[in-house]
Amino acid sequence: MKKKQKKKGDDLLEVGSYQFSSRLMVGTGKYKDIDEARQAILASGAEVITVAVRRVNIGQDKDSPNLLDVFPATKFTMLPNTAGCYDANTAIRTCLLARELMDGHSLVKLEVLGDERTLYPNVIETISAAKTLCEDGFEVWVYTTDDPIVATELEDIGCSAIMPLAAPIGSGLGIQNRYSIRSIVENSGVPVIVDAGVGTASDASVAMELGCDGVLMNTAIAGAQKPVLMASAMRKAVSAGREAYLSGRIPKKPYASASSPIDGKFFD
Amino acid sequence: MKIWINGFEKEVEKDCLLARLITEMEIEGRFAVEINGEIIPRAFFQSRIILENDKLEIVTAVGGG
Repeated sequence: MKKKQKKKGDDLLEVGSYQFSSRLMVGTGKYKDIDEARQAILASGAEVITVAVRRVNIGQDKDSPNLLDVFPATKFTMLPNTAGCYDANTAIRTCLLARELMDGHSLVKLEVLGDERTLYPNVIETISAAKTLCEDGFEVWVYTTDDPIVATELEDIGCSAIMPLAAPIGSGLGIQNRYSIRSIVENSGVPVIVDAGVGTASDASVAMELGCDGVLMNTAIAGAQKPVLMASAMRKAVSAGREAYLSGRIPKKPYASASSPIDGKFFD
Repeated sequence: MKIWINGFEKEVEKDCLLARLITEMEIEGRFAVEINGEIIPRAFFQSRIILENDKLEIVTAVGGG
């Protein structure tokens, strides 16, 4: 959603020229059908949804609704991705097509992958594509490794959100290195959104408790046995984690400290 | 003459307009067109002539993460 008037007490997420109430972003892939996707996405409360750019099915599925009609731009902020791209040029080409497809909407999720087995980002190609896209006026949310130095580099290039992986895409392993995620959060002047690797609700909460500004996921919801219920769980997990982060948690101690008073005991 | 659409070979008449090709192939709704790697804005569909061996990509948004 484009800039609204910020009210006191609102915990809005600002990313580049956008403001959001929800800190959960979701993908639209891997659902049984478009109706299940729609129900799950509504239950997630997400305002940002990712889509992929692919060839139209010529002569097929004429009656099946287009994703862009099911999720209208008036209600959702579309985040087209460059999934499946393994070099900077292909990723840039995908972004240009996405911008044309969406009437000049210049928000993109840049991901340039390194290999099919890990789907790990190719950081060198990612940096190269990010430079070109930022210069061309795109608002770039960039998928990257959980490397704080690379994150800073991408911020300096002009990316409007840094999206480090928690674990490999679709793995559901949860946050593998919370120290590096924390480090990225501490160093970053732009929002940090964990993207990829979340498996269940607690993983999303951990990301938010570490101070991340948001979480993006697809498989964790779409691949659950009950996607709509998991979407609802994720919504609560993200907001619980955010509130916990803002609350300032107690320090961890190796020994107990009693919750009830020692004074005034009527027994020995 | 022979052209390529989304990786498939197709025979079309010489000097075929892009707009006519799109209508004939019943491509509807939201899509974007690239010819030989160059994006063709919608405003040019009526004037763009397809040439022999042109490679067209016609894309849309699909589910993805």
